[in-house]
Amino acid sequence: MLKGKVHQYGANVDTDAIIPARYLNISEAELLTKHCMEDIDLDFVKRVKPGDIIVADTNFGCGSSREHAPLAIKTSGISCVIAKSFARIFFRNAINIGLPLLESEAAVDGISNGNMVEVDLEKGIIKNLTTGKQFTAKPYPEFMSQLVKTGGLIEYTRQRVASNKSNRFYERRS
Amino acid sequence: MNLAEKILAAHCEKKAVTPGEFINVQTDLILSNDITAPIAIKEFRKIGVKKVFDPKKIVMVADHFVPNKDITSAEQVKLMRDFAYEQGIMYYDVGQMGIEHCLLPEKGLVLPGDVIIGADSHTCTYGAVGAFATGMGSTDIAAAMATGDIWMKVPPIIKFIYHGKLGKWVGGKDLILYTIGQIGVDGALYAAMEFTGEAIDNLPMDGRFTMANMAIEAGGKAGIFHVDQNTLDYVKLRAKRPYKVYEPDANAEYAQVIEYDISKMEPQVSLPHLPSNAKPVSKLGKIEIDQSVIGSCTNGRISDLRIAAEILKGKKVHPKVRCIVIPGTQQIYLDAMHEGLIEIFINAGAVVSTPTCGPCLGGYMGILAGGEKAISTTNRNFVGRMGSTKSEVYLANPAVAAASAITGRISSPEEIK
Ligand code: SF4
Repeated sequence: MLKGKVHQYGANVDTDAIIPARYLNISEAELLTKHCMEDIDLDFVKRVKPGDIIVADTNFGCGSSREHAPLAIKTSGISCVIAKSFARIFFRNAINIGLPLLESEAAVDGISNGNMVEVDLEKGIIKNLTTGKQFTAKPYPEFMSQLVKTGGLIEYTRQRVASNKSNRFYERRS
Repeated sequence: MNLAEKILAAHCEKKAVTPGEFINVQTDLILSNDITAPIAIKEFRKIGVKKVFDPKKIVMVADHFVPNKDITSAEQVKLMRDFAYEQGIMYYDVGQMGIEHCLLPEKGLVLPGDVIIGADSHTCTYGAVGAFATGMGSTDIAAAMATGDIWMKVPPIIKFIYHGKLGKWVGGKDLILYTIGQIGVDGALYAAMEFTGEAIDNLPMDGRFTMANMAIEAGGKAGIFHVDQNTLDYVKLRAKRPYKVYEPDANAEYAQVIEYDISKMEPQVSLPHLPSNAKPVSKLGKIEIDQSVIGSCTNGRISDLRIAAEILKGKKVHPKVRCIVIPGTQQIYLDAMHEGLIEIFINAGAVVSTPTCGPCLGGYMGILAGGEKAISTTNRNFVGRMGSTKSEVYLANPAVAAASAITGRISSPEEIK
């Protein structure tokens, strides 16, 4: 069960807002996190507490493919992101590295900045503790929930390679 | 099946695939760069294999911050370089490098019918040659470097048909800015965009690269073009391995078909801070600029430089404007030199840089101060993209960027006599 205070943002929060490109000459999560959300919310890093939740409108994480973005969010202590929709690459990256994402229009409309929210990831249930309202998120497709359960893409691939005893899965195509 | 589905089906050993289906696709090329490779390499080391699955199908390009702008970026490239030599994969460093999405097509590394994945969102550029190419994250690339395949969800395909003939100063950039303006920055979210129609048939390869490049700016997973004589002429000089041309079925299904008549289209400019804020250049009013950037993986190719030079020839860049020209690759740089374009730029008062992403992502080589405005042929105008969060970026084609550099305000090329 995840529980935390809500940091709310609008639509189209892009990866340059989540982690500006000027810091991409580093790749260590702890260093990156210091600049998380800096260009749209200078105090985010000071305010955020472990377990807190980001709630945003549509197309969260649009823009570049930088995995630095979900990594910075995860390392900042954010336990999950709830949005009306996510940009495709951000979605992959987050699932791959184990930052839970939940899609729910009703939840985003029914939650305000600063509310306390509780999330049951397994059931996809989002509860606004401040207002008492409850919402359900879209469930992950089966393959993705398997990926999440295994512990992300790297662990999934590690097990796959180990059971195959090699990384030759196909005859070469050309 | 449509073109994208045909390619994907052939790469997962299936007779057919349908949108929404999860598949495991084999890849023909796996790309990463000096920003995304370091994380990919760290993750690759955790998988438990010593060697990449096939060094001939993996490429790394140092392009975002090179020649290195500072110590930390030098450390990142060193990490990538060491790995590249250790694994014997294809690697392009200073002297051979170019902006990845200009470089790989030029080198014949991306070919029709390929499935290409890259840890860079603009990997979708290669759809211009009739490949299925899509951007992912570093972890995806790490896993794919180990096994050669990657999970994917088959996207729905939106078909765009462009009717009419393009005007003199209107090109691929204007078509794609207009399209994003119409459908929005999430108008093609999770979908692939297929570009067709009379205007596309007449669009040279460079313009197609520009359009496919910006599919991601509409949220698209890929942008794809049919292979025609243009494509074949382009790839046959470059390809060093066999490739396969797939044809969509006559009765192929699409999630949506969108048609535009572009015969009266003006050059488009996207206002800050979203690529979807596109407007015809004549509708902008007076917007003074401090910088004009002509380059990037969107518009840093030779025909882009030719257009800019045609306008700048014999003219002077406005004294209050910094005009920065960045050829996309060493070859483009060389061609521009042979054709006398570099001289035109320098005589006009522009600077010409060696290939780099540089200012496109606010890296270096043209960072904006607070309150400054730039016209740029790049692909993103998000808050802070080219420097200060109080600066502004306007996206346009190279003709508009060159004309604006001369007048000092955003201008139509028609204004330059
Ligand atoms: S030129 Fe800009 S958009 Fe293209 S790869 Fe470089 S940073 Fe990315």
